[in-house]
Amino acid sequence: MTTTSALPAESPGASLLVGEGISKRFGGVQALADVSFDIRRGEIYGLIGPNGAGKTTLFNVLTGIYAPDGGRFTFDGQPLGGQKPNDVAARGIARTFQNIRLFANLSALENVMIGRHVRTRAGVFGAMLRNARTLAEERDIERRSYELLDYVGVAARANDLARHLPYGDQRRLEIARALATDPKLLALDEPAAGMNATETASLSKLLRAIREGGTTILLIEHDMKLVMSLCDRVLVLDYGKKIAEGVAADVQKDPAVVAAYLGGDVALHLKGT
Amino acid sequence: MDIFLQQLINGLTLGSVYAIVALGYTMVYGIIQLINFAHGEVVMIGAMVAYSVIVALAGASAPLPPLAIVLLGALVAVPVCMAVGFTLERVAYRPLRKAPRLAPLITAIGLSIILQHLAMIIWSRNPLPYPQVVQSVSYHITDTPNGATITNVQIAIIVVSVAMMAGLTALVYRTKLGIAMRATAQNQAVAGLMGIDINRVIALTFVIAGGLGSVAGVMVGSYYGVAHYQMGFLLGLKAFSAAVLGGIGNLAGAMLGGILLGLIEALGAGYVGDFTNLCHLASWSDALAKRCETDPNVVLFGSNYQDVFAFIVLILVLVFRPSGLLGERVSDRA
Amino acid sequence: MDRASDASLKSYAGVGGFVASRRHPAFAWIGVILVALALIALPFALATIGTAWVRITNLAILFVFLALGLNIVVGFAGLLDLGYIAFYAVGAYVYALLASPHFNLHLPFWAILPLGAAVACMFGVLLGAPTLKLRGDYLAIVTLGFGEIIRIFLNNLSQPVNITNGPQGVTLIDPFRIGTINFRNTDTFAGLAFTGPIKYYYLLLVVLVVVIVINLRLQDSRIGRAWEAIREDEVAARAMGINTRNMKLLAFAMGASFGGIAGGMFSAMQGFISPESFILVESIMVLAMVVLGGMGNIWGVILGALLLSFAPEVLRYTVEPVQRAMFGRMLVEPEVIRMLLFGFALVLMMLFRPAGILPSATRKRELEGGRTNGVQGAAPR
Repeated sequence: MTTTSALPAESPGASLLVGEGISKRFGGVQALADVSFDIRRGEIYGLIGPNGAGKTTLFNVLTGIYAPDGGRFTFDGQPLGGQKPNDVAARGIARTFQNIRLFANLSALENVMIGRHVRTRAGVFGAMLRNARTLAEERDIERRSYELLDYVGVAARANDLARHLPYGDQRRLEIARALATDPKLLALDEPAAGMNATETASLSKLLRAIREGGTTILLIEHDMKLVMSLCDRVLVLDYGKKIAEGVAADVQKDPAVVAAYLGGDVALHLKGT
Repeated sequence: MDIFLQQLINGLTLGSVYAIVALGYTMVYGIIQLINFAHGEVVMIGAMVAYSVIVALAGASAPLPPLAIVLLGALVAVPVCMAVGFTLERVAYRPLRKAPRLAPLITAIGLSIILQHLAMIIWSRNPLPYPQVVQSVSYHITDTPNGATITNVQIAIIVVSVAMMAGLTALVYRTKLGIAMRATAQNQAVAGLMGIDINRVIALTFVIAGGLGSVAGVMVGSYYGVAHYQMGFLLGLKAFSAAVLGGIGNLAGAMLGGILLGLIEALGAGYVGDFTNLCHLASWSDALAKRCETDPNVVLFGSNYQDVFAFIVLILVLVFRPSGLLGERVSDRA
Repeated sequence: MDRASDASLKSYAGVGGFVASRRHPAFAWIGVILVALALIALPFALATIGTAWVRITNLAILFVFLALGLNIVVGFAGLLDLGYIAFYAVGAYVYALLASPHFNLHLPFWAILPLGAAVACMFGVLLGAPTLKLRGDYLAIVTLGFGEIIRIFLNNLSQPVNITNGPQGVTLIDPFRIGTINFRNTDTFAGLAFTGPIKYYYLLLVVLVVVIVINLRLQDSRIGRAWEAIREDEVAARAMGINTRNMKLLAFAMGASFGGIAGGMFSAMQGFISPESFILVESIMVLAMVVLGGMGNIWGVILGALLLSFAPEVLRYTVEPVQRAMFGRMLVEPEVIRMLLFGFALVLMMLFRPAGILPSATRKRELEGGRTNGVQGAAPR
């Protein structure tokens, strides 16, 4: 198990997001039980576990959709808790959704432009008067949105409706929209779901590029090859509990992890390996 | 004390009517998540149809006993309203089952307007007086003269309402149709897959609601002595408030909400004048004291604000406890 | 439509950009000029038929304001409001109480109209703050209740202190006055008789152009996009940092302000108001104008407002003679036929053309779209 870094907050390698003892209960189901983790600045951090382990629930608690029953988050040195989803986004955590939640009847460009909302300021009077500052801001929004579409590789379909995009492009569009909020932490919920090997490879390239650009990535994924090749460190959940956290290669061999995925008997077999 | 008792009785009577109408709203909402705006109009049609029958029979050369006349009025009104309910569902709501919420709401408003004006054309734009076929007999509850009384009509309304509520509960919880209705309300798709004919169940729900509504209409007409083409609107809105108060989609909630709302309205109307009579504060202001010498009722909110109570209850419930008194905690999770 | 050049064109002015983006810009501008000339000449043409028609047109324009205001709430932000007329009422009464013999106050209109808008806006915020989190139909019912509450209060606030004069309403309301021009009298200028209604018409026309430009600009702005996002998928909108509660409240407040201004002008024009003008049917009428015309599409909403405002008048003039010719007497009054037709129009439109006569492109997709490629279908339940 790794410990929180002692380096000062600004330097790379320092903690960006720390979760301590996060718990969440839904009626009779303990979805998360005392989960603690720490994500360092600039890394790609994986969140894995069998189905129903609580991964998306952790996302939802982090991004303010649910309030945790216990524990707390510290983001970029400041406590993060009890905030509404829009405040979380303003703080610098942007997410994508497991089931893709694009604005289906708006164009790809409009989707990304909406992502710029939280970093721009024009209000009602700016909209009505169209003064110089508002116009400049609008031009900037459009320019940056085109850039982001280009960055993820969807620029050719900028004016197509989101729901007409091919599946792979929809996932990329969702990433572009999240990037438009200028996040410090990009939280992706199964971005490679349903993708074939080629698409997954190019997604991997994109994520690496995003990390090079300075954004930390938190990633829920089931594709183990992608996780092992891409993620620096990994957190493993099972039945709401943390069963391992550390460098990907080490976690892969952890008997508790193997048992969780493959069942106790298999782990016993592998023990001799 | 007498005022209190009297208002209690009035409130129970009114509440029973609200409960029956609220059941109609809650049944439909429970099964297809639609506020059937036009339900109040169905109640009105019940009252109007019964009116026509009662007038015809009462004016006949060899009149039947009064109770029979009223019963026949109701007996004719019930199938008519059931047919109306069935038609509304078949023609206007079924095609819109998959549409966004706005569409059936607008449709319901449109139907409400159509029914109101058809009634205006068929019957009259003026209020229609119910013939007093049944003699009103008052029973004294307390010994004091001018004390609280309860009339036979009030007793009949309460008894009939309780009987209908019991009957409906038995239907929903003890019969095959009831199980089908509850299943459809919980999960329409799966209920269909289990072999339940969704269309039939939904249609029957509207039919039953129509039947309940028609009896409520007859009761209202007999109690207040008038029927008017616009009587459905306000009654419907209040009954809907009652359904929300109790927990929309919940049968027991509708009954509880109805009774409660009736009591709130009656007691409120009876006492709000007293509570907000500024003359109680006459010692604070000379101008006020002077006015109170000649007019002891300087009332801030009189009984003319009675209708507002239902709306205020509605808004308060929806804001602070949207699931109602008996409803489950339903959060608006997307 | 190339979005980049479109946006820069739209930067100039709502109308200009909008028009110029059509395929043949020259034709479009000629069309605009022709329409403008027709609108300028209209009141005099109508006056030859009867001054009543100018008044009817003025009221129709007021309803266009109301419909555009409600369009912000229903069309842009996707919120159901069945009690919109309450804001109209508030604006009307604020004007009436501050510019009539009732309290013997006679403030000038340019001071009262913004005040009316502000008061209406405040009511909008008061109503919206606790209720905008409610789901579609519940919000509709709550707003309906609010509208009724306002009407009942206006009807009853004559006891114990006479604030609104109850059912009798407020009379002798001051007309507008700009310098020496009094909007109630008839002035002759260049050989033409500018009657009171004609003066109001031109004022309303100017305000209408401003309102339309404001609406067009709002729609194509950061705020407008935020509203679209909320309508499409509120959860995703929130996750992207949009404060959905404030945005909804903003839409409500803006709609309420429009209603308040329209109400003030109504008071001045009519000279007399009473709670009877602000009944539920009026709220439903305005909602119908928005929905039937084409929710979210400004031109559709204008069309809907004009249709539903003029139709009853046209009916009134045709229904009576037709019935007398056919049946020898009037069987059904025009008002009843109007309401029946209205009810049928609502039902039939929802069954066959729910997006409205001139649908907005996005709304049309929402109403006809389903699940595609894993992206959530846009029919919110």
